[in-house]
Amino acid sequence: MSQPTKGFSRRAFLRGSGVAAAASSVTSTQSASAAIVPVPIIAGETQVSLTVNGQKKTVTVEPRTTLLDTLRYQLNLTGAKPVSSDGSSGASTVLVDGKPVMASTTLTVAVSGKSISTCEGLKDGDIPKAFVSNDAQQCGFCTPGFVVAVKAFLNQHPDATEEQIRAGLNGNICRCGTYANVLQAVIALVKGNQNG
Amino acid sequence: MKNFEYAQPRTEQEAVALLADQSKHSVVLAGGTDLISLMKRSVITPDRVVNIAEISGLQRIQRDEHGSIWVGAAVSLQSFLESSYTTELAAAQQIIQGIASLQLQAQGTVVGELLRRPMCWYFRSGHGLLAQQGRMVVEGDNRYHAILGNRRSAKFVNPSRLAPALIAAGAFVRIIKPGNDERFLELESLYQTPDQDGQTENVLTQGELVTHVMIPAQRDRLSAAYEIRHGEGPDQPLVSAAVGIQAERGIVREATVVLGQVAPIPWMAVEAARNLVGQPLNEQTATTAGIEAVAGALPLSGNEYKIQLTQVAVKRAVLRAAGLECGGLECQPPLEQDHHSGPLMV
Repeated sequence: MSQPTKGFSRRAFLRGSGVAAAASSVTSTQSASAAIVPVPIIAGETQVSLTVNGQKKTVTVEPRTTLLDTLRYQLNLTGAKPVSSDGSSGASTVLVDGKPVMASTTLTVAVSGKSISTCEGLKDGDIPKAFVSNDAQQCGFCTPGFVVAVKAFLNQHPDATEEQIRAGLNGNICRCGTYANVLQAVIALVKGNQNG
Repeated sequence: MKNFEYAQPRTEQEAVALLADQSKHSVVLAGGTDLISLMKRSVITPDRVVNIAEISGLQRIQRDEHGSIWVGAAVSLQSFLESSYTTELAAAQQIIQGIASLQLQAQGTVVGELLRRPMCWYFRSGHGLLAQQGRMVVEGDNRYHAILGNRRSAKFVNPSRLAPALIAAGAFVRIIKPGNDERFLELESLYQTPDQDGQTENVLTQGELVTHVMIPAQRDRLSAAYEIRHGEGPDQPLVSAAVGIQAERGIVREATVVLGQVAPIPWMAVEAARNLVGQPLNEQTATTAGIEAVAGALPLSGNEYKIQLTQVAVKRAVLRAAGLECGGLECQPPLEQDHHSGPLMV
């Protein structure tokens, strides 16, 4: 149980952090605790509001309901796929506030109020067209996850090199092994030429 | 997945208050990349899940007046990587870049990565960390298990990829519990080797929350990490090494060598580090450090290969820190153009 001996400053850190704010509010007014709204503990079913592909939705879920199950079984958006329960396949990739996350390892209650984009929301964009033009799918089961991952990747790296594309899409697995064509599709998108 | 209570606190105090109830098995959720899959497999069956991702104080990376970097427990690997702070943390930067899955980087957190549960397949199949006091590992498939620190029951390896790099940088963690109790631990002291069922691979007790990892200013300290992996996918590395080195006119003044994926804790290769002191950084001293790092290794039936790999990882990490070589695929010598010409091609 050692205190940091060198090079750390709690004072500087605490300034502006939640710790200092909470501590001062408690000490400044004795009745502060009465004004604090307790954190709701959710047990059993609850209503959660989300924005999915630009539309406001309200769903009834249990704490254990994953975002993937909510999308597929309540909102009828079956693009994101249940391939791996631990998210290692990347097939359930969706964007939450623009960030690529695995819907299979995300709780619906944890994304309350956030904005979700699924591959269905990208259907009119360039990415599906580039996948079709470059024949970047075989059985197609991994494709929705790939499409969303490519969207997230290109948002961050619009001028990616081939090496960066390979590394960036490492989180998505294709059992058919159609990686070469996915790579071509993304290269075409980077070049702004979706017909390859 | 067994159902559970869920709460989303707004402050650290609310979080520890929610975690404090001793009658409930409570767990902390941040990114969820590891926890949710463990819950789906019923390896962990908590009564309460406390999501700390929305605590604004934990979403920040800050630098204090000493130049130390405080990374909050809700900071994603991606945010950390993209912050200007990692430019001085070469080893940590290399590791996060190596966790080359957009999803894991965006969803996973820095502190969550440090506290991932072991990947040992006996543990993940519900046999507990010790898997019948180590018997299942010894008699079964142990190709990814420990070669160091494995003489007692625990044979799993600590899964954190980032821990060796941050330990080599001298990182601390801040831990809080109810009653404004806070404690600071050197990152290496966060981990332990369990000896009895019920113990875990870290020293956290029920109700404690790691709020930050703090990394002191590195100034001109050199660092590097080297992971040996099957391929470029998101799989666990087979072994890894991270080094932090303070050198003066080419001579090592102080060194830390930490091994990953070889022991139930991030393994401090103390002897290897001590013997680097006073030496120049070159291929020979790097090779020696690698050999010394695994001097006490005791391989199981299926993981002797890890000894050689660990030697190589240490050597390459040292050389990479010194800017001498990176090794592996990234800097192969140029192919000899006429390699296949000559008599065979005629």
